[in-house]
Amino acid sequence: MAEYRLTAPLKEEDAAKLRIGDKVLLSGVIYTARDAAHKRIVESLDKNEKPPMDLKGSVIYYVGPTPPREGKVIGAAGPTTAMRMDAYAPRLMQEGMKGMIAKGKRNDAVKKAMVDCKAVYFGATGGAGALINRCITKAEVIAYEDLGPEAIRKLEVVDFPLIVVGDCAGGDLYIEGRKKWEKK
Amino acid sequence: MRTLNAAQITEAIAKTASEKAYHIPEEILRGFDQAMKNEKSETGIDVIKQLKENAAIAAKGEVPYCQDTGTAVLFVEVGQDVRIEGNLEDAINEGVRKAYVGSFLRKSIYKDPLRRVNTGDNTPAVIHYSIVPGDKVRIVFGAKGGGSENMSKLIMLKPSDGIEGVKNFVIDTVSQGGANACPPLVVGVGIGGNFEKCAILAKKAALRSIEERNADPFYAELEEEFKTKCNNLGIGPMGLGGTVTVLAVNIEVYSCHLVALPVAVNINCHAARHGEIVL
Ligand code: SF4
Repeated sequence: MAEYRLTAPLKEEDAAKLRIGDKVLLSGVIYTARDAAHKRIVESLDKNEKPPMDLKGSVIYYVGPTPPREGKVIGAAGPTTAMRMDAYAPRLMQEGMKGMIAKGKRNDAVKKAMVDCKAVYFGATGGAGALINRCITKAEVIAYEDLGPEAIRKLEVVDFPLIVVGDCAGGDLYIEGRKKWEKK
Repeated sequence: MRTLNAAQITEAIAKTASEKAYHIPEEILRGFDQAMKNEKSETGIDVIKQLKENAAIAAKGEVPYCQDTGTAVLFVEVGQDVRIEGNLEDAINEGVRKAYVGSFLRKSIYKDPLRRVNTGDNTPAVIHYSIVPGDKVRIVFGAKGGGSENMSKLIMLKPSDGIEGVKNFVIDTVSQGGANACPPLVVGVGIGGNFEKCAILAKKAALRSIEERNADPFYAELEEEFKTKCNNLGIGPMGLGGTVTVLAVNIEVYSCHLVALPVAVNINCHAARHGEIVL
């Protein structure tokens, strides 16, 4: 279990070296998207249109924050459950996305795409909305404004605490971590 | 007959609902301290540390504890000697509206389950009424997260499945869905009643304090046994492996038909926001 400080967008070799259980403090630019936004991105890719952000090396955070108070950039911003994005994630990895931040288990198609495309799945602490808020220094809606809290936001983050829960060697911490501690 | 103005109910609910989004119950914080001692996995300890820090930041009152500020669920016990001036249901929803709009909470309620348009103010609340003796109104408020709710289940067991069947269903439900529900969890279990009663029992249990055991020693013991079994699953904090998967298993029971043994498991997360109002 190594510890890293990394910058997003992620370099190919950064994503490839991470293994489940590693702790990462992530800084840089990431994008938010949930189900509805994912659906639209994939639709635009299908139509050969440019997606709203550069997917190469991108890290996408699955989050639906609370509204910001006056003068603040965002409200509570903990991760949402990843499985609702499973249908879209492999396609985005094929287009260059290198990292996903969320919580909860992924399906086999996502795990396979992570191996094939050398991408990584980071777990953020579910429910730690106030803590994660502190790591977000800038937030700007860049697409699909009509989706409200589900619009795509470009976030600037500093030292966002993450744990690698899925890696490009096929590792899955939801399986391995549990195996280690399960008492039969 | 005592008279109570509906506006008082609105105010009390607005206050409790906004407070709970920022202040996690003390008993849960004590649960985290206990979990720090019981957790053996390093990753698990890291997660619980983050949850404690998160609670401390949220308690400053600027950012809610969790971004899913939940469905407002209310158990409303109206004393039969109270007369309420005004529309009770409207008053309750107005309280919820005030809290969610005025305190920067997330509005997560869709008007219609299939046509999916947000109501914009987190109403309507889910309200369970009962009429009780006395001249007070007692309300248990819960802000119930959607992610953990989605991992909940109900089954109509056969009486012959017995206590083993109940055990297996509860542990299997946690085993399958626990990791996605933001553990450490509070597991609410309803046993008995009929189909709908059982689900309501489970919700009551999920909103009960983790420090309160069932008054019947038989069920109190079962609560402890289920807790140990859930923790033995190894799911751990946030599902990343560890020895603390649940903070508590709370059981509520009700009489049932001779051919029936309904069991419901309502999963609550560490953001087990609930509070009591007596007016
Ligand atoms: S399951 Fe609970 S802690 Fe996790 S995101 Fe939902 S409400 Fe928050």
